[in-house]
Amino acid sequence: MIIEGFIALYIFMLAAFTGYEIISKVPVILHTPLMSGSNFVHGIVLVGTMVALGHATTPLEQAIGFVAVILAAGNAVGGYVVTERMLEMFKTSKKDDKKGDNA
Amino acid sequence: MSMIINLAYFAAAVLFIVGLKQMSSPTTARPGIIWAGVGMVIATLVTFVHPEVSGGVNYTLIILGIAIGGGLAWWSGKKVAMTDMPQMIALYNGMGGGAAAGIGAIYLLQATPETVSNTGLAIATTGSLIGSVAFSGSLVAYAKLQGLMKKTFHFPGQQVVNIAIFAITVILGFMLATGGGEIGSATLLLFFVLSLAFGVLMTLPIGGADMPVVISLYNALTGLAVGLKGIVLDNPALMIAGIVVGAAGTLLTQLMAKAMNRPIKNILFSQFGGGSGGAEEEIEGTMKEIQANDAGIMMAYAEKVIIVPGYGMAVAQAQHKIWEFTQLLQKRGVDVKFAIHPVAGRMPGHMNVLLAEAGVPYDIIFDLDEINEEFKTADVAMVIGANDVVNPVARTNPDSPIYGMPILNADQAKNVICVKRGKGSGFSGIENHLFYADNNQMLYGDGQKVAAELVASVKALG
Repeated sequence: MIIEGFIALYIFMLAAFTGYEIISKVPVILHTPLMSGSNFVHGIVLVGTMVALGHATTPLEQAIGFVAVILAAGNAVGGYVVTERMLEMFKTSKKDDKKGDNA
Repeated sequence: MSMIINLAYFAAAVLFIVGLKQMSSPTTARPGIIWAGVGMVIATLVTFVHPEVSGGVNYTLIILGIAIGGGLAWWSGKKVAMTDMPQMIALYNGMGGGAAAGIGAIYLLQATPETVSNTGLAIATTGSLIGSVAFSGSLVAYAKLQGLMKKTFHFPGQQVVNIAIFAITVILGFMLATGGGEIGSATLLLFFVLSLAFGVLMTLPIGGADMPVVISLYNALTGLAVGLKGIVLDNPALMIAGIVVGAAGTLLTQLMAKAMNRPIKNILFSQFGGGSGGAEEEIEGTMKEIQANDAGIMMAYAEKVIIVPGYGMAVAQAQHKIWEFTQLLQKRGVDVKFAIHPVAGRMPGHMNVLLAEAGVPYDIIFDLDEINEEFKTADVAMVIGANDVVNPVARTNPDSPIYGMPILNADQAKNVICVKRGKGSGFSGIENHLFYADNNQMLYGDGQKVAAELVASVKALG
């Protein structure tokens, strides 16, 4: 076990603050893509389902694990595809201005 | 080997945080999602050599599962129309919640008194409950927005039933968590069935207009469930990514609810519109009609035009024509701006995506706070496919269900043109007093057709 009791609590707390900070300065224009992007990020559950299925032993566990991997892969891939499609479309009228002031 | 795995998970966690951070600015958003994607690929690949992943059959199932789930999601994600984006996000989110619940189920099935602690069981149970609710709730949200389920669903004593089911689920969860791994499979099954049922029952009575907030809430819940699974599986990448999303999603949900002036509590536990209504009051004035040709000429000779687009514009696929019209006006020297209400479209920012799809640059698109003072100086405000977000009763009538919601002050422009398919009220079923105002004129017709006529009228001026 690499994460002992209280260390887990610390990671939990710091990650929560990080998440809160990241979002707090987001313009409304990006709310939908960002919700979609964060939806993609929790697609990391795929890794968890792979490990769970990886040490499944009974047919029931394997069946649950298999469905879980399908669902998780759908979350990760689908989340990426739609977020990328949305963000691809954002552009500014000042095409030469590479530094792009976000107003 | 375990060093490489841990480093890869660490890198993934860093990439997710950097990616999300970049996604919070329009100029860096695209690289942001790509970096997060790189993190995901690294984490997934390295898991194939994870020490706990073993057995030939399991490997085959993993690869097959990724191919099936990933393939279907790739295909559906590429195909979905921008207007349907919210329900697609709900669907993918629900899948993530279901996956987290699945991990919990396997953990609880495998648990024996020797291998698990009560803390581990408690975390696994909590994560499973949250994941299951996010799964079934998101599926209902998807069905509602997709139009598969049109009615909101009410029955007497609904809240009592919901609370009872939730209470029983929690008690079962408590039994699972304190059972030291010796759990009857019947208890386990009942726990999951009730968790899923609770997600469905909780979402059914919520109306379509509130659905974005609910989707965002389930997104946060899935993040939390994934984070809890990370603790159970001793996997820091899952923990960090899940908790970051859980916290970010919670804040995003609050921002959305605030923009709609609907406390989250009210959204979840009371019913919007549907029957309650409130006292109908007399509306003064009459609706006046204007023809597209006249409206086009009026805007062509204006100095400043503000366009207020709503979801109706996107449904009519009028955004491309509206952008063409905007460009024609700009060539004539008219100052054209787009004003977006936080809840325009199906969720905050959805309308920005739809306008971006049509090619409208984001620097002429403004938020409510940025532009509301400017309506006073605008010659024309054109409302297309929007309704409740410009309804002045939100300011004046305390009995109205939308009272107190911040609205776009379109009524303060010198002239208002409301493009509308026909007479009738909006999504929420509330009569719009703006339509009867003295400075307002109605332009009836399908959004796309009207937009084409506007384009033609300006072109005819030469």
